[in-house]
Amino acid sequence: MEPFENVKSIVTPLDKVNVDTDQIIPKQFLKLVQKSGFGKFLFFNWRYDENENMKSDFILNDPKYDGSKILVAGDNFGCGSSREHAVWALDDYGFSVIISSSFADIFFSNCFKNGILPISLESQIVEKLLQETSPIEIDLENQIIKTSSEDISFEINSHKKKILLEGLDDIAQTFQFEDKISEFEEKSTVPSVL
Amino acid sequence: MGKTLFEKIWESHIVVTKQNEPDLIYIDRHLVHEVTSPQAFDGLRMNNRKVRRPDLTIATMDHNVPTSDRSLPILDQTSAVQIKTLETNCKDFGIKLFDINSPNQGIVHVIGPQLGITLPGSTIVCGDSHTSTHGAFGALALGIGTSEVEHVLASQTLWLEKPKTFEVRVEGKRSNPHAVTAKDIILSIIKNIGTAGGTGTVIEYRGEGINDLSMDERMTICNMSIEGGARAGLIAPDQKTFDYLRDREYTPKNYESLVDSWKDTLKTDSDATFDKQFILDINDIAPQVSWGTNPGMTCDVDEPIPSPDEYSNGDANQKKGAEKALEYMDLKSGTMIEDIKIDRVFIGSCTNARLEDLIEASKIIQGQKVASSVNAMVVPGSQMVKRQAEEMGLDKIFIDANFEWREAGCSMCLGMNPDILSPGERCASTSNRNFEGRQGNGGRTHLVSPVMAAAAAINGHFVDVRKLDLN
Repeated sequence: MEPFENVKSIVTPLDKVNVDTDQIIPKQFLKLVQKSGFGKFLFFNWRYDENENMKSDFILNDPKYDGSKILVAGDNFGCGSSREHAVWALDDYGFSVIISSSFADIFFSNCFKNGILPISLESQIVEKLLQETSPIEIDLENQIIKTSSEDISFEINSHKKKILLEGLDDIAQTFQFEDKISEFEEKSTVPSVL
Repeated sequence: MGKTLFEKIWESHIVVTKQNEPDLIYIDRHLVHEVTSPQAFDGLRMNNRKVRRPDLTIATMDHNVPTSDRSLPILDQTSAVQIKTLETNCKDFGIKLFDINSPNQGIVHVIGPQLGITLPGSTIVCGDSHTSTHGAFGALALGIGTSEVEHVLASQTLWLEKPKTFEVRVEGKRSNPHAVTAKDIILSIIKNIGTAGGTGTVIEYRGEGINDLSMDERMTICNMSIEGGARAGLIAPDQKTFDYLRDREYTPKNYESLVDSWKDTLKTDSDATFDKQFILDINDIAPQVSWGTNPGMTCDVDEPIPSPDEYSNGDANQKKGAEKALEYMDLKSGTMIEDIKIDRVFIGSCTNARLEDLIEASKIIQGQKVASSVNAMVVPGSQMVKRQAEEMGLDKIFIDANFEWREAGCSMCLGMNPDILSPGERCASTSNRNFEGRQGNGGRTHLVSPVMAAAAAINGHFVDVRKLDLN
């Protein structure tokens, strides 16, 4: 995983609550066996009509937001299915920061495995950011969002922050505890399946 | 101070713990399916890693598989590739696979318990949010993403932050348990706590209303914990749990001694406290029907659809969500649920496709015909459920009533296989999600119990099953 770098861009305001992962990446695109190329299917049913023409009223289709790296959305973002394809699609499309007043647990965890920073802020601040038209800057090291008018600080678990900043490979980290895992297995009373 | 059941399971699985960091948790059972695993196996290959414990890993194919004649080739080439990929991966990495022709094939959350793979007090993961189902056996069962699938394959562990605890206490007795089902209990809970009500928590369902439930019913409850936002849901094991798992194909040989050890330990101590609590009284609850595009948008069968104002309780964003949902569902506030006509009926999914679900639904339709305007199908949760149902003659009851009787799989719950709704079609579904387009682009899903779905199939619209003679 690449280390997370500070981001400066305009925000794409997706003013909806309870955006579920079925909307982020519909089921017909879950059949692929690789991780790449999901960006073109992001929010597919909201972006395209039945003839696969772009719907002009959907925010991602507004050229104003081309190149935006920051998505701002309403409460409970990423709820529903555990499909990591949702994060791969957001990443492939170009988003590296998602801001919401709350995230569903599995989606939240999936973000960190793919170098995406999910930021949880109070609803009033999210409301304000939904209206923000100037570029904003995300400084993960200092946990600050710099807007044209103010600096907003955000919380992040120090361990998760480290993973993003250093682009750590989770599994390689875990292998350092090989002896502990073996020790656990020796005393485990749960039998094998087979 | 005492500990909750969740805390006991968690603590007994800690491999590494450090202050202010996630714990490294050991995973006892890893269930794998075709949709969320290919990229995980690829990751192992790229890094020359192997599966640490193939003996704790079981795979099946469920999301993608056709539910029509299995002797025919799979027409959808991308589905066929994904299914083939799972076969290759299981062969290369030495994992036991119940493939499309196996008598044990089925929805991963249906076969785990049926085969005795699910065990009380264990940790279970699967790249599927409805893994919470296994919590019905007092297991800590978590849905995970594909990166975590890879991590578990490689290390048999996961880095997890300890969730908070949430007690959902279900009090009272249902006056008519054939009409008011476990599905209605869990939909009532979600309606009350909201779809994010359980975020960051593990729910423990407790109380008389839970103790009274069968194992099939308890699985329905735990299954939909994720729809309330929870990380997992669990129920303390009791005699019903121990009896259910005895003598299954993969029940451990030392089962009785395991049961002895579980009896004393796998329960919440009387002086333990929870971080959060919700109490539901089920003495008077009604069958539930969802009207919107998330499972919290649900009301009683004898109620009108609420207005966005009533639903949102003053929250402007929720109100907007409800307005959008009504537009998508092509419904109006004030319409009585029983006046909603339906086009399709789906009895299936990891929520409601077990033997008891099919038995209860068959009682409703026996000797009757599906309304001419309705297309109805039953998709058993596993090939074993299908065989058991056929031994009881249930297939004949469904087929005589003009239901389609299918092979096992996830099917129209998420429409990855050919079983989908057409745009605008309205479906009474026993599945777990009524999200926009979930069952097919433009399709409209109403979540209900198997008996409510069966009654809707016969009548062409929703009916209050409490009015029917179900004895």
